[in-house]
Amino acid sequence: MTQLNTFRSGPDETGHFGIYGGRFVAETLMPLILELNEAYEASKKDPEFAARLSSLLKHYVGRESPLYFAERLTEHFGGAKIYLKREDLNHTGAHKINNCMGQILLALRMGKKRIIAETGAGQHGVATATVAARFGLPCAIYMGETDIERQKPNVFRMKLMGAEVVPVTSGSRTLKDAMNEALRDWVTNVDDTFYIIGTVAGPHPYPQLVRDFQNVIGEEVRRQIMDQEGRLPDTLLACIGGGSNAMGLFHPFLDDEDVDIIGVEAAGHGIDSGQHAASLKGGRPGVLHGNRTYLLQDDDGQIIEAHSISAGLDYPGIGPEHAWLNDTGRVNYVNATDDEALEAFQLCCKLEGIIPALESSHALAHLKKIAPNLPKDHIIVVNLSGRGDKDIFTVADALGVEL
Amino acid sequence: MSETRIDRRFRALKQEGRAAFVTFVMAGDPNQETAFRIMQGLPEAGADIIEVGMPFTDPMADGPAIQQAGLRALASGTTLKSTLSMIREFRKDNDDTPVVLMGYYNPIYSYGVDRFLEDARDAGVDGLIVVDLPSEEDEELCLPAMKAGLNFIRLTTPTTDDKRLEAVLKNTSGFIYYVSIAGTTGAAAPKASDVAQSLQRIKNATDLPVAVGFGIRSGAQAAEIAEIADGAVVGSALIDRIAAAENDDEAVRSVMELASEISAGIRSTVKH
Ligand SMILES: Cc1ncc(COP(=O)(O)O)c(C=O)c1O
Repeated sequence: MTQLNTFRSGPDETGHFGIYGGRFVAETLMPLILELNEAYEASKKDPEFAARLSSLLKHYVGRESPLYFAERLTEHFGGAKIYLKREDLNHTGAHKINNCMGQILLALRMGKKRIIAETGAGQHGVATATVAARFGLPCAIYMGETDIERQKPNVFRMKLMGAEVVPVTSGSRTLKDAMNEALRDWVTNVDDTFYIIGTVAGPHPYPQLVRDFQNVIGEEVRRQIMDQEGRLPDTLLACIGGGSNAMGLFHPFLDDEDVDIIGVEAAGHGIDSGQHAASLKGGRPGVLHGNRTYLLQDDDGQIIEAHSISAGLDYPGIGPEHAWLNDTGRVNYVNATDDEALEAFQLCCKLEGIIPALESSHALAHLKKIAPNLPKDHIIVVNLSGRGDKDIFTVADALGVEL
Repeated sequence: MSETRIDRRFRALKQEGRAAFVTFVMAGDPNQETAFRIMQGLPEAGADIIEVGMPFTDPMADGPAIQQAGLRALASGTTLKSTLSMIREFRKDNDDTPVVLMGYYNPIYSYGVDRFLEDARDAGVDGLIVVDLPSEEDEELCLPAMKAGLNFIRLTTPTTDDKRLEAVLKNTSGFIYYVSIAGTTGAAAPKASDVAQSLQRIKNATDLPVAVGFGIRSGAQAAEIAEIADGAVVGSALIDRIAAAENDDEAVRSVMELASEISAGIRSTVKH
């Protein structure tokens, strides 16, 4: 890091956040990510690019998303004041579209003719299929067979919008394998294809550019909380798959020392069970999918399959900037089990009339552990990263209900 | 850097006036014992250089054949340690066939770079090809490997333009591996005439031998490549033989059969 008095200056020129990040890709892809970096840097200096993105975010995505005071959840816990950042109200129902809109504008700017993406829960796939339809580009979405099974509504949504959903049968047939397969597609179709990565992971510049496109979340929260409370929040909470919704909320607050920042990883059946997706608490540094970060891996450096009830968190890695924020101690990373997330999911439905995504329910699950013991003027902002309509089959199944 | 078996082998082949036959097989595929028998048999079947794959759960630049080989290897309990042991065994009665380890970085990083380099050299490894370490990441393994006396062999691809080529060649030794198409391993081979053009571009920039891989499946194809390159690399086609075999003996026999055919193809060509 060049400047030590800020947490917001990374990555360095070679794409590193401390020892994390980097560009660990096959030579075939190297020229492509260098080209992407150049195009991205140029777009940042182009006021027209910013204007177009901002207009689409407003009129097509429906931003800004509300910052909603969750009165009944607040009452329920009897402590801190709880606000929900309503990313679930975005077009397509999650934060994923913020990033997709930015990346497709980059793709157009670079003259690319075809879009590919990986998806786990299908939210990023849906968001990618959406922007591809909106701009008339063909698109292929790689999705593990296991995830296709548990996220059927999203698979159909993607197809309705004209995307080809490619089932991935290699490896563990979930998100990490979908990412491998998308990388293989990219290696093969280097001339015309743009790869829209869905989270703050992958080779540089992806972790940076996805973060920058998601920063709109935290920037809005800063303005909104000033309007509503006249001050910054005390605590930020977000769930972490690869870490894009969390980074979007956190990054604009990293240098506000008094803001306590908490990321919630998926603990699946519990960290000790070995069946979880908590790469920071249950993993160690390694190299996968173009970057160095914390990974779930065995003693021989082979990647271990993650487990979470939530397909969007079922990934054995985490974005490199989170790995760095973990090591520096700026962000506190905790976790929530499948059961805790399910409980929080139901609580949010009943008390607030909001069906949250199972992913976001992991962030909500942490409220129970901190909110009751905090004073009534303590402000917590939870990123409600998506809506849970896609999850009703999984939840019904877990609760033993037949639909 | 002092001369390695790889340097010696290419020098000898140059005098013979023919290209090298470079084979790729996966350590531990279909199981550890059979993989060792295959490795032991390859020099006699005509292999000049043996690349040994280090299996990895997430081989993002490989096609289905090598992915499956890796999964078979992992299922048979193969680790980086057992791979190095296999090479140490091999060296007991073969001291001149160069051995190159090929794979992905994480298992090496996990093993510890310094310890890995020491153990690999002790085991008799001559060179490394690590797919996900482009020249931008040379400090990770490339520079330490060179210091340890191992060749760090780099892939160049159709997307490597002249400007990049310079960087790619900079810390490379042993030979250059030209991947003849943008794609994953096992994909169809491009036309020899297209390859010839790209080869010339690389040759203009380096004195190192250039081996060509991706999509070579037969003696005839290998012969075409052998006419224009310093080496022909064959992997997926050999691995397909292992996948198709009904038992271990057949796997060994079938791999040797194809290797001998390809070797004959290469030996039938004389360099211009
Ligand atoms: C609603 C929602 N939240 C969170 C995530 C996790 O991704 P990230 O950690 O990148 O925000 C996903 C991924 O699919 C998601 O759909």
